[in-house]
Amino acid sequence: MNAPYIGQSIKRKEDQRFLTGGGTYTDDVSAVNQTHAYFLRSPHAHANIRSIRLDQARAAPGVVGIFTGADLAAAKVGTLPCGWLITDVNGQPMKEPPHPCLAQGKVRHVGDQVAVVIAETLNQAKDAAALIEVDYDVLPAVVNAADARKPGAAVLHDGVPDNTSYVWALGAKDAVDKAFATAKHVTTLEFINNRLIPNAIEPRAALAQYSRADDSYTVHVANQNPHVERLLMTAFVLGLPEHKVRVIAPDVGGGFGSKIFLYAEETVITWAAKQVNRPVKWVCERSDSFLADAHGRDHVTKAELALDKNGTFLAMRVQTTANLGAYLSTFASSVPTILYATLLAGQYTTPAIYCEVTAVFTNTVPVDAYRGAGRPEATYVVERLVETAAREMNISPAELRRKNSITQFPYQTPVALCYDTGNYEATLAQAMKLADVAGFEARRKQAADRGKLRGLGYSTYIEACGLAPSNIAGALGARAGLYEAGEVRFHPTGTVSVFTGSHSHGQGHETTFAQVVADKLGIPVENVDVVHGDTGRIPFGMGTYGSRSLAVGGSAIMKALDKIIAKGKKIAAHLLEASDTDIEFKDGVFSVPGTEKKKTIGEVAFAAYVPHNYPLDKLEPGLNEQAFYDPTNFTYPAGSHICEVEIDPDTGATKVINFTAVDDFGNVINPMIVEGQVHGGLAQGIGQALLEGCVYDAASGQLLTGSYMDYAMPRADDLPSFTVDTRVTACTHNPLGVKGCGEAGAIGSPAAVINAITDALGVKDIAMPATAQTVWRTLQSKSKKK
Amino acid sequence: MHTFDYHRPATLKDAVALLKKTENARPLAGGQSLTPALKMRLAQTPALVDLGALEELRTIKLEAAVLTIGAGVRHSEVAESKDVKIGLPVLAKLAAHIGDRQVRNMGTLGGSLANNDPAADYPAAVLALSATIHTNRRSIPADKFFTGLYETALKPGEIITSVEFPLPKRAAYVKFKQPASRFALVGVFVSEGGGQVRVAVTGAANSVFRLKDMEKKLGEKFAPEAIAKVKVSADKLNSDLHAAADYRAHLISVLAQRAVGEALGGK
Repeated sequence: MNAPYIGQSIKRKEDQRFLTGGGTYTDDVSAVNQTHAYFLRSPHAHANIRSIRLDQARAAPGVVGIFTGADLAAAKVGTLPCGWLITDVNGQPMKEPPHPCLAQGKVRHVGDQVAVVIAETLNQAKDAAALIEVDYDVLPAVVNAADARKPGAAVLHDGVPDNTSYVWALGAKDAVDKAFATAKHVTTLEFINNRLIPNAIEPRAALAQYSRADDSYTVHVANQNPHVERLLMTAFVLGLPEHKVRVIAPDVGGGFGSKIFLYAEETVITWAAKQVNRPVKWVCERSDSFLADAHGRDHVTKAELALDKNGTFLAMRVQTTANLGAYLSTFASSVPTILYATLLAGQYTTPAIYCEVTAVFTNTVPVDAYRGAGRPEATYVVERLVETAAREMNISPAELRRKNSITQFPYQTPVALCYDTGNYEATLAQAMKLADVAGFEARRKQAADRGKLRGLGYSTYIEACGLAPSNIAGALGARAGLYEAGEVRFHPTGTVSVFTGSHSHGQGHETTFAQVVADKLGIPVENVDVVHGDTGRIPFGMGTYGSRSLAVGGSAIMKALDKIIAKGKKIAAHLLEASDTDIEFKDGVFSVPGTEKKKTIGEVAFAAYVPHNYPLDKLEPGLNEQAFYDPTNFTYPAGSHICEVEIDPDTGATKVINFTAVDDFGNVINPMIVEGQVHGGLAQGIGQALLEGCVYDAASGQLLTGSYMDYAMPRADDLPSFTVDTRVTACTHNPLGVKGCGEAGAIGSPAAVINAITDALGVKDIAMPATAQTVWRTLQSKSKKK
Repeated sequence: MHTFDYHRPATLKDAVALLKKTENARPLAGGQSLTPALKMRLAQTPALVDLGALEELRTIKLEAAVLTIGAGVRHSEVAESKDVKIGLPVLAKLAAHIGDRQVRNMGTLGGSLANNDPAADYPAAVLALSATIHTNRRSIPADKFFTGLYETALKPGEIITSVEFPLPKRAAYVKFKQPASRFALVGVFVSEGGGQVRVAVTGAANSVFRLKDMEKKLGEKFAPEAIAKVKVSADKLNSDLHAAADYRAHLISVLAQRAVGEALGGK
């Protein structure tokens, strides 16, 4: 493999260890004298705790310690914080009831943590937990967002009598109402964006160690952003000095958002490690993951689109009730607001948009960011409305999209965002070509001859990645910065370690970032190693979420590389006896143009570390640079998805025949990795549309889809071979011209699938997940109506 | 997992003796249902008697009119067996689609029947093919074997040794999978042979059952259209998260017609 590396599908460096069992996940790390933690969880959705009796459990074999909420309260341990303040339409801050690490007198969802048992073995911890006697006073529960504000609904938190954290709005309501009043056509849809359970292949896990020698802690945890984890845990909950806690997120087996957050379990065992003065390990079992990992989506929405007689969009009006679950998780408040309503312009020139969001507490697992986080929900609103409007007005869905498409950039939307660049027509045209839209009607007829129903659906999405800049985000309520840090370290012999605040848990940063660095420095890609996931080694970091790693983390590295080259020029100037302004750097070589004088970057690095011939009076030795990068804007990946389905009307079974995704992610560093990200995202989006639906029993608040026996994850044979391509418009405001690709598949695809199914069935709407039974029932009620 | 004693006897005689020795001891076949239940602490036993070393339960024998499969034969072995493929190809195909590869490499015919999961595939085959279940004590006709939800005619300490399948003139099994577990949401096994037609349904009720109305119509004319109008009652069918009883009843009708078509060589 030769330079330039950017643009080449280099095989992933990390896969050698992942595919040969050489990865080091949190559970692979063990400490001498380690103990094991097991969390006793609430079997009830809503209950007061009258008493907890621990005497029998404490006497059980192998028990090292048992702690409850009372112990944490006595030790003045804080509650889990929320990282984004949303202001209510009435001007008040959102209601932010405490989220205790262990229940304080009350449990609010099935799976809420009640006690932790620490024992010599996990089995002993479980045996002891079974001996804890908790006397519950069971209360009525409310689980559905639509029910949370109804009179008489169970109330979860003191001081929140209507279960409402906030009502929030964005956009010009008056202008929107006026446009609707004059519109020739209004398309209205009411639907639920179904609740999803993330299910990374590696369950959450943590190992907490306390050192009496220097009163410090080391926490290994399966997490997407170790510095944020440390900051939240130390400053907001445990009151520990940040420099005394090292957080390491080693190899992490998938996150999809669910490992961004600070959870109770790792916080409690970190605290407990000092109490028992032994290392404590906790590994979540899959059954507990369903009850303890933040869920995603769960919106109830009414959406309307106003059009003039030609199909030009005049306005959009959206009302959403978002289910937050029982507590505010780390970024829960920002997902149905800042990451949702701002995306409602989509790819269109809709001049006026108004969105109102009511966020409610229910007796369910907290809901937070899950692959796409707000943007899939927004895309679903926009793309279902557009497709439905096209059908209602007898305009082809592609034509209606083109008619309203944004073509001039930069484009300021009516919902706060300013798109820097894009070419929506290019992705749509290519997707239509690859999906052979022209031949669809013939295929539909062939299918009909076989007794099957074919349908075609579009989704042309926009997303906003690399949430930024920090000052604007701060003004919108973010309680953290949104930059990224990077460090590039030359070693004396010319190899390079790159330290990034981004975190790879499947994305392939070790390869992609190395490609970028190797090209920029003109050195072999195998001479570059990328280090991530350790607060003890990385200067700082905000981690990986929101498709931000390359756009923000990669840009920080680019800034550090610029500093390396600038210093390298000074060193080279000294070695070549020239002025540093005369030095040119290209393909790994510093030279003086027009002369034979040159030094490789390896020679320069050696001189920097063995400074025998070196301008020590003017320049520090060493070649090691850090940079922080705070973006000036979001990036705006966009694309066109086309889904073709075939339905068996006798059983209702839907088969995705073909799925075409043509995306604009800006410049592409490694096409294979990008394609892999798209495949995974599509699987999750198609999973949401066809298979995945988290169901709670409305009466008892029990999670009915509590295992893989009932929660349907998409599998390979549920999916077609995807047709994936890219069209590039480079991002205008970051040095790599990249936009981000991690979430696009999950953002665009659900609407495309449902648009295809409703097309096949000839109905306006169908609920997600569109299971065979749901499709069959839709056909039944349609034939009854006839 | 709670602790238990583990035994792995080499002979059926020793296995029976061990089961008798400890009260509530459980026999372990392929372990694809019992082991997860033990791991999740949903089941508990003082002793597990692993039948995995009983070579006498692992034979497959094809004769002129009968295929006999040992209770310890694994699903993957049934799926791959030349004798099964020649004598009773429908069973090889059924076995090839049980669970996933890992399950098929461990799970056994006897284990599946003794467990009688209401959505398991093998009970439908055994019932529709009018098989005979042989145990260490007796022979039980299929019609008497499946008695209810996870219930069978087996007595404590009784071990299935083999299953004898009379070879049908034609047969087919069509399964519609529950999307999450991939067990049968509804599975219909149809067979014609020995002068009778039998239709067995799995996945739809507490336990596998026969549809005698359909059998009668098919006895008159073995063709999909013969049963197209046979009404399937939803009365005793399951309603759950994945399918209400009326949808299951509808699927039974659709799948039965497809199975007949497939048995006739339509597919």
